[in-house]
Amino acid sequence: MQKLSAVNDFVVKFANVNGSGSASANQLFAKSILRMGIPIASRNIFPSNIQGLPTWFEVRVSGEGHLGRRGGVDMAVAMNPQTWDRDIAELEPGGYLVYDSTKPLPRSRFREDITVLGVPLTEMCNARYTDARQRQLFKNIMYVGALSSLLGIDPAAVEQLLTEQYRGKEKLAASNREAFHMGRDWARANLPEIGLRLEPADKVGNRIYVEGNAAAALGAVYGGATVCAWYPITPSTSLAEAFERYCRRFRTDPDGRKRYAIVQAEDELASIGIVIGASWNGARAFTATSGPGISLMQEFVGLSYFAEIPAVIFDVQRAGPSTGMPTRTQQSDVLSAAYASHGDTKHVLLLPEDPRECFEFGAAAFDLADRLQTTIFVLLDLDIGMNDWLCEPFAWDDAKRMDRGKVMTAEMLEAGTTFGRYLDVDGDGIPYRTYPGTHPSKGAFFTRGTSRDRFAKYTEQGAAYVDNMQRLLRKFETAKSLVPAPIERKASRTTPYGVIYYGSTSAAMREALVGLEQDGVHLDALRIRAFPFPEDVSRFIEAHETVFVVEQNRDAQLRTLITTECGIDPARLVPILHYDGTPITARFIRAAIGRQASSLDVVPLRKTVP
Amino acid sequence: MSYLKPTLHHPKLPTNALGLTRRDYEGSISTLCAGCGHDSISAAIVQAVWELSIPPHRVAKLSGIGCSSKTPDYFLGASHGFNSVHGRMPSVLTGANLANRELIYLGVSGDGDSASIGLGQFAHLMRRGVNMTYIVENNGVYGLTKGQFSATSDKGSKAKKGAVNTDEPIDLVALALELGATYVARSFSGDKDQLVPLIKGALTHQGVAFIDCISPCVAFNNHEGSTKSYDYVREHNEAVNRLDVFFDRTPITASYAPGEVTEVTQHDGSLLRMRKLHEDHDPTDRVAALNYLARHKAMGEIVTGLLYIDPHPEDLHDHLGTVATPLNRLDDAALCPGSAALEKINAALR
Repeated sequence: MQKLSAVNDFVVKFANVNGSGSASANQLFAKSILRMGIPIASRNIFPSNIQGLPTWFEVRVSGEGHLGRRGGVDMAVAMNPQTWDRDIAELEPGGYLVYDSTKPLPRSRFREDITVLGVPLTEMCNARYTDARQRQLFKNIMYVGALSSLLGIDPAAVEQLLTEQYRGKEKLAASNREAFHMGRDWARANLPEIGLRLEPADKVGNRIYVEGNAAAALGAVYGGATVCAWYPITPSTSLAEAFERYCRRFRTDPDGRKRYAIVQAEDELASIGIVIGASWNGARAFTATSGPGISLMQEFVGLSYFAEIPAVIFDVQRAGPSTGMPTRTQQSDVLSAAYASHGDTKHVLLLPEDPRECFEFGAAAFDLADRLQTTIFVLLDLDIGMNDWLCEPFAWDDAKRMDRGKVMTAEMLEAGTTFGRYLDVDGDGIPYRTYPGTHPSKGAFFTRGTSRDRFAKYTEQGAAYVDNMQRLLRKFETAKSLVPAPIERKASRTTPYGVIYYGSTSAAMREALVGLEQDGVHLDALRIRAFPFPEDVSRFIEAHETVFVVEQNRDAQLRTLITTECGIDPARLVPILHYDGTPITARFIRAAIGRQASSLDVVPLRKTVP
Repeated sequence: MSYLKPTLHHPKLPTNALGLTRRDYEGSISTLCAGCGHDSISAAIVQAVWELSIPPHRVAKLSGIGCSSKTPDYFLGASHGFNSVHGRMPSVLTGANLANRELIYLGVSGDGDSASIGLGQFAHLMRRGVNMTYIVENNGVYGLTKGQFSATSDKGSKAKKGAVNTDEPIDLVALALELGATYVARSFSGDKDQLVPLIKGALTHQGVAFIDCISPCVAFNNHEGSTKSYDYVREHNEAVNRLDVFFDRTPITASYAPGEVTEVTQHDGSLLRMRKLHEDHDPTDRVAALNYLARHKAMGEIVTGLLYIDPHPEDLHDHLGTVATPLNRLDDAALCPGSAALEKINAALR
């Protein structure tokens, strides 16, 4: 058997039972590697359940800094008998299995081509602890100790993390330290050396490790959101909860009064209704939801579009339709968000690639909503939203001020400025609005979802309706210059082929591009960051014969949006689709594009690799 | 039918404390049917807001969809109005209220809007105690879609085309009481003397005030066999009390016998004086109000008047503990923690 051998480049997968307290131990493992200066990408794979079902935590160690999911497992920490066979089967040949060897298992339950590393975790815990819960919890810390010995994790990094985590709770810190060392010492005395090693590096820099939902919530705080209305739904719940946490910390007056309001609404309809009411009245407001919530909000989103009321919706996408796979990731709400509601509507979408952009776009969404007086969708997905990602630190310019858009004040009204709620005074399609209560006799208007003229007076005349709908299109054109522009990355040589991607696909895509270059497939790459598409998108496609569009949904939704909105011949856009609910991998993209490329004759006859 | 509103008015029209006449509180001309009960309610709203000398622009008027929900266009023309989505006025108004706690919020809805499609939002707004006046213009029928039964139609009530309603009705007053509304009244669009003070009391109430106002539909529900017709309601109307709203300690006039009057002082200083018209009803006892309502409903009576009031209500802002400054007036300094705080967050994420 050829044992796997690698330094700072392997995948460890923990198989646990949810509710067993493994999450914090696994987090400790992940962070201690980061503290050694080695980049990691970690992902939770969990069921829609609170206790007793299987859950996995996957850590990809990548000295090269690849942050997408790699695929394959080099070391399994199998703590869940329920998924044992599956976890063993998933291991790469030559891989390593760490398991609780307290209870002997027949040889038939193992594989011949892996290295089995048994640690009597339950036995050690039962000997040391009497309390059932302690026996359970410290078992987790103990395996982290064993792994630290096997892989070469710096124990000082772990101790430091425990000190930080249990600041002010010295007793807890000490007992965790003890369990960690018990596992570590046992492994040092009893287990052989293995081929997977961690070596301190300097590849993390000042990057941070954070989940996208928390980052987006923090963006909402910095963006000046004061009203949050939401209905609990996986995988968006932690966004609203993080908003509350950050607000409590940053927006509480000395007397305890709050400079924010959070309502857990009775459903998603009420959530978006509250957001629209608050925004109509001049507060910045948002909701966080997932696909089913977007479906429920459709009517209100149409109202926001037609009555021109700002709203921000964070949609943390999951696999649908219906309740689909509520704890699995997808990019499958692109179309339902872009064209949400009845009638002719289209909406601005922001497509962050990682938590750093979740923060940035999360704040910018409120300026855009006020400026454009419409709904702004920020499309995260479960992979970005609920996993900790290594990303650039958050940054903020203190000189920046909220852009409240075109709001007519009492002074302007008093000075005799003409106010027409739906009057395009600047040619950009964006009218002025007034907040309720602005002026005793001027500037009041009646907001309605039904047709009206430029001065908000009810009318069902076709000409007035068309006039208004055309102005809304002009406004959407204006949006193109305001939303984040796409980012292009040129191949190392001139190529007639391109690839378009967005959102959480980015990390895997970047890695795949490196691999594809090695395979002789050269691609110019364009990362789309928003809809409506700025002109750069059409230009990019026109500059290439064939463009691959990589997405995490079945129906190639962004591709449809591009062909519809940019008038592109669909034949020029080749879909590369991944939609099994797991995050897309570089291996998948490389293989899928590679296959397509050879049929398109992208690969030169003589490989360029020496 | 008139389609233009005359701009001329009598030079000696009475003015309120702000020097405004009732005309300053009117809106566009109504497009509802002649004789519609809803227009009387609009007139009562104009009268109430004028009498209270509330600057019209300090009121925000919101509605859902339906005949009733069209009416906010017909009163308080200097107020911002919002004709939102069917059955969803409560959530929109809740959001508006969160954004600016200083305005006065008036929600106008109908029985289809609040008891059918919007029953959920109605219920949850009551639970949250949003500081507002919630008027349901209740005619027991869908007017704009021409005569279907609504969820408040009484069992056995007959539609214009002869169909008999077999479903149990929803009593929004009972629901409001059950769900924690702190000012609950029922009235009749044909009784302006009763309705105007009830609206005044509701507007001055610092919590969620609900008025179920029976408002006959002359086009589709004013015939023999309907339990929401002018004739039927007049025959079965049992007013529990007569309300007067004062802002000073106006002495009790001789026409009130002591013991027949209940007085409640609200948080804003307004004095609500209720003349008892019916047996022993204590309007500050929620459970008694529910019992009273159920007893009289069983007797086939339509109980009107101020059924319940909590003089010391709490509202959603109290529950959430928000600052006194309206949230829509908070500036960057109050909202954005800045780059130094962000650096600390970054440091904790490494």
